[in-house]
Amino acid sequence: MNVIIMGCGRVGAQLAALLEEEGHKVTVMDRESQSFSRLPPNFQGRALVGDGTDEDYLRRAGIEEADAFVAVTQGDNRNVMAAQIAKHLFNVPKVVCRIYDPLREELYHSLGLETISPTTVGAKLLRDVLID
Amino acid sequence: MYIIVVGGGKLGYYLTTTLLKEGHEILILEKDPAKCDAICEELGSVVVRGDGCEARTLAEAGTERADMLIAVTNEDEDNLVACQVAKHKFNVPRTIARINNPKNEALFKKLGIDVTVSSTNLILEHIAEEVPTHPLIHLLTLTGRNLEVVEIKVPPNSAAVGKRVRELALPPQSVITLMVGKWGAVVPTLDTILEPGAQLIAVTRTEAKEALREAITATKGAE
Repeated sequence: MNVIIMGCGRVGAQLAALLEEEGHKVTVMDRESQSFSRLPPNFQGRALVGDGTDEDYLRRAGIEEADAFVAVTQGDNRNVMAAQIAKHLFNVPKVVCRIYDPLREELYHSLGLETISPTTVGAKLLRDVLID
Repeated sequence: MYIIVVGGGKLGYYLTTTLLKEGHEILILEKDPAKCDAICEELGSVVVRGDGCEARTLAEAGTERADMLIAVTNEDEDNLVACQVAKHKFNVPRTIARINNPKNEALFKKLGIDVTVSSTNLILEHIAEEVPTHPLIHLLTLTGRNLEVVEIKVPPNSAAVGKRVRELALPPQSVITLMVGKWGAVVPTLDTILEPGAQLIAVTRTEAKEALREAITATKGAE
């Protein structure tokens, strides 16, 4: 699969490494070039400095040929906007969007975005560890 | 009307002042406490501190009964989300978003924002109007037809001044549809004489724009 990851934080970098290990073609985007230092030293994919809410940068990242797009920057709204660009302007077949705010996550899920709220998932995990 | 303004920067502030004067009920949502205090001091209690993209803040602001939400922050993604949350969670009938990056205009329309105002484009157009070396201003593209509506100023030293419309070397499919001169706006006929300094509104094919500009603005010496 040809995957674009927007946001090279801890999650973005680790996801890039996982996918690459499985043989996928990975492109990572971030506004700050120093974020790419989080990638493993043997990372073979592409790392691109650019704003994932700007269609021109997305085109440069190869979004027209991408099979999947993942938005994992620190900003919920940036993720929501980039994911909607990927889904509605570029018709990327698989788009996943991280949204910390559970209420916003619920809304965009109901609007047809595939969303994950680490807040909800994390809280549930912690609860399960606390109370078996 | 009850109007919620997201973003208490300069634009949000002056927008609110104008809307208050017109007798509307206004509430500004602003994250920055310093800006909130400043607005409160100037305009009274029309501001709530909070994130206008957060459903909880919007619920506290009584967004269900709002007639309109206008998002005017500096960040396009925040304006987009504020409008989408207002529209889909609170059924606000009309949402208006400021756009800073002109590229986002098509996206916002596609995502259901009712009105978009591109501040960058507006400023560019106004500056272009004032730059004398650029007498042709693009006003509108007629979708799917390769035709544009443009505005051209007739320079006082142009060879076209004093000529009739039929005597101009207009490119094919270019039509002067309106002339605004010292007598006001007139719909020109083939016998209308071009006035110096008049503004023309014309329809032209995109590739013929330059030829049209030549026909209207070339000076006598260049002829």
